Amino acid sequence: MAKGKKEVTIILDGKSIKCREGENLLKVAQANEVFIPALCYFDHVDPPLGTCRVCTVKVKGKYTAGCQVNAKEGLEVEVMTPELLDHRKAVVEMLFTEGNHICPLCEKSGKCVLQALGYEMGMETPRFPYTFPNRVIDYKPKHIIMENHRCIQCKRCVEDVFTDEGKPVFYFQQRGKETFVAVDYEQEAKLSYEQAHRAMEICPVGTILLKEDTVETPGFRKYDKVPISEKLPEKEAKHQQEISPAEVKKKVVATVSLAGCFGCHMSMLDMDLNLLDLIEVVSFNRSPFTDIKEFTQRCDVGLIEGGCCSDENVEVLRKFRESCDILVSVGACAINGNLPALRNWMPLEQTLREAYLETPTIDTTALIPHHEDLPKILDKVYPCHEVVKIDYFIPGCPPGGDHIYKVVQNLLFGTDFKVPYEEFKYD
Amino acid sequence: MKIKERTYLLDRLWELQNARGYLGDADILQAAAEFGISPVDVEGVTGFYHFFHRQPTGKYTIYLNNSILSWFHGFDRVKAAFEKETGAAIGGTDPTGTFGFFETSCIGLSDREPAALINFHPFTKLTPQKVKRIINGLKDGKSPAELADTVEEKVQYKPEEDKTILLRDFEPGKAIEKLKEYSPDQVVDMIKEAGLSGRGGAFFPTGMKWEFARKAKGTVKYIVCNADEGEPGTFKDRALLNLLPGLLIEGMIVAGYAVGATEGIIYLRAEYTWLLPKLNAALQDYRQKGYLGQSIKGLGKYKFDIRVQLGAGAYICGEETALLESLEGKRGEPRLKNVFPTDKGFLGKPTVINNVETFCAAARIIELGVEKFKGLGTEKSTGTKLLSIAGDCKRPGLYEIEWGIRLGELLDLCGAEDTKYIQMSGPSGELISVEERERVISLEDIRCGGSVMIFNKQRDLFTILQNFSRFFTYESCGLCTPCRAGNPQLLHMIERMMQGKAAPGDVEKALQWSAIVKHNSRCGLGQTAPNSLEQAIQKFPHLFKKKLVRDDNFNREFSLEKATEAYNILTHGKG
Repeated sequence: MAKGKKEVTIILDGKSIKCREGENLLKVAQANEVFIPALCYFDHVDPPLGTCRVCTVKVKGKYTAGCQVNAKEGLEVEVMTPELLDHRKAVVEMLFTEGNHICPLCEKSGKCVLQALGYEMGMETPRFPYTFPNRVIDYKPKHIIMENHRCIQCKRCVEDVFTDEGKPVFYFQQRGKETFVAVDYEQEAKLSYEQAHRAMEICPVGTILLKEDTVETPGFRKYDKVPISEKLPEKEAKHQQEISPAEVKKKVVATVSLAGCFGCHMSMLDMDLNLLDLIEVVSFNRSPFTDIKEFTQRCDVGLIEGGCCSDENVEVLRKFRESCDILVSVGACAINGNLPALRNWMPLEQTLREAYLETPTIDTTALIPHHEDLPKILDKVYPCHEVVKIDYFIPGCPPGGDHIYKVVQNLLFGTDFKVPYEEFKYD
Repeated sequence: MKIKERTYLLDRLWELQNARGYLGDADILQAAAEFGISPVDVEGVTGFYHFFHRQPTGKYTIYLNNSILSWFHGFDRVKAAFEKETGAAIGGTDPTGTFGFFETSCIGLSDREPAALINFHPFTKLTPQKVKRIINGLKDGKSPAELADTVEEKVQYKPEEDKTILLRDFEPGKAIEKLKEYSPDQVVDMIKEAGLSGRGGAFFPTGMKWEFARKAKGTVKYIVCNADEGEPGTFKDRALLNLLPGLLIEGMIVAGYAVGATEGIIYLRAEYTWLLPKLNAALQDYRQKGYLGQSIKGLGKYKFDIRVQLGAGAYICGEETALLESLEGKRGEPRLKNVFPTDKGFLGKPTVINNVETFCAAARIIELGVEKFKGLGTEKSTGTKLLSIAGDCKRPGLYEIEWGIRLGELLDLCGAEDTKYIQMSGPSGELISVEERERVISLEDIRCGGSVMIFNKQRDLFTILQNFSRFFTYESCGLCTPCRAGNPQLLHMIERMMQGKAAPGDVEKALQWSAIVKHNSRCGLGQTAPNSLEQAIQKFPHLFKKKLVRDDNFNREFSLEKATEAYNILTHGKG
């Protein structure tokens, strides 16, 4: 569309840029190595959908979606102001909390645009509480599965997937937060393998999955090493100060695994030789490492693995809050409930019935376990920060040992550190 | 079978629903076949509008208004009475399928709350006793039409005779008689000169809009009247439709003549279905008098006719581009703002969309002359404005004011007592403290679209905010992230504060989240939804401070008792 149009000069964050008149701002920015993130934008869909609102920029002091802006002479756009960066991050965070995004078990993990934006923006945990909506997965279509828990209502599939006869396949249903995408089974069945595959590809998240081949290239993970902006954050070679044991008073650390798998603790052990350095300067109090079951002194840092699925978890977590100066949620379970939270969108009764009363392997004496010595199961799995105040978050399933080491070192001794892009993951 | 035009999809769905009481699977398939579209597409449309039902809704379908004024004037009692008398819990039907009982967003009867619609007939000033009488009447075989209340408009105030524009005596045909003295270009100039601006609340210059449409290429153009008055608290368009349907028709003829359009459509919200007979009668009357149809008396070959399109329940359809989508038989999702409806509107043709009051004012400008209109009001806002005043005041009803009136004067006029808050222009408008009495209602200061809700000192600010936030959460179209996902988060935050469980820093969070929803949303709904919350925090910070807990080490929202309740019930007595 822009071809043959005259050249104009626009100003992006104070920098003059030449481009063709009428060219879409997102494309202009991209060509000039300015990354404006977007989840719904396609360059061939005109006018752009403008649904995700992640690309918000400011033109003449007015907020507008970047994908709605076309280049014209003298156009001045603010793109990378701290305010706009924060708003974009907030919109991405809204999407994470609006649906059920459990990266470690998502087929699209590593290739998901929403996840990649989370990495790009350095989202450790969303500022909004999780909603854990109850959505229905649709297995009925011929080629695809609609994993609606992950749908972000970007409308790409609705607007850009058609049969050979030009009939749409996907339609928006309902309204507001109930909005979801439904499939016209009859038309969907007419899609070729390639067309269905393309539907999966254009889905920015893991909602549209192809039954025939879900993981076409095992191990291929687009955004693991290289950020979506293709700009690796500069690795400042900030030298990590050596901490000499003689200089510092030993700090006290406590750790616990709540509703987790101990994977994060294994990861802590993965610090390898660093662990030896660490025990020179810290001592462990209450922790599975020491087998100390109760706090014997106040601790500087508490590392929490796992979310809260029982009353016992809550009690332990509260005890940690009382006994530690700083609390850190370590790993996906502590941050958003993760795998244990898969039951969150079902009533507890349904979960327990399925597990204890209605499975094929039970005998006639089956009952839901309960005893005064047994912890009580909560109605859902709570992220730790919804129970107590959490000061820091280390995402990952599990986070790498190095990552944990650096954060702990920084918290305790104020050492500088940088988490390289490839170490910051949600899975 | 001839494939029907999609623009008639809503009409057809209404027919099918009225026949059965709801839309069954067969109805969906039938509509899909008739219109040559996918059944999933049809369901996408029905699911968007809250008056379309896929489950039975009873022989008598009751919609009780849940706006804040209804809440404050007895919603709970009336709801309980309906549930008791009908045997239907809210959101469903009674076991016999006789009654269906639902709550709904503001139905435009704020001056007589609590109000409900039964089979779309109005029932006002409800009390438990009155509910009992109504339901007994229905059980005795009386029809909702027989039992319904007559909505008599209370004109509480208008300026002295020569300063009244809208609510003065109306002589049918007068504006049209005058119209023949002017060319279409002159009419556009007159409206521009008079300084008329959009009375729906956006205040876009009407003359400019008409000029765009007049200059737009194409021979087919449309005039659309936005009678989808959904802003809670407002009922001024209802009053105009009720009192002066002819004036609206003449305004639309004026617009059609100026722009060169031959078809007019009134998009009437389903809540005003009870006004439809009156409106149709007025249209018929105008046709008979020769003012509508193949030629219009005195205007030579110019032809123009008007039809009414009924909505189906969606606040967002008051947004003009969502309204256009709805007119085209689609989901009412707002369009992008890069193309004006005056260029590409209804079915892609140049379209003028104006509010009921705007058309009425345009007709008066032609009738009374530009000078008269221009001589009234303030520099930026000429003429007069209709306000619908309701809430804690002695004289709720319709007010025609000259722009420039002080807020304090208005409060005195309507007999507001013990006032604390005034919500101007509805939940999306401005929350005003009674301290601001000196402020002026005009485009320079308080731009009031029509809704004025008055709250006295006994009213809880948080309840007001909660009601507004629920409204926006429910009415968001769902198309863009900040509005769809952000409004529920704001609602959650307000409720967290109400329960006294908010942590230090939550007020700042609420402000930050408000800004995010406001600045990133796609249309006016999301852009204005956080207004009241933001203003409440700015104007009444002490009320918010009171709601915060001191220590935020433990999240007060989490309750171990509540979290273990389900487990205790499941294993009750066995532990």
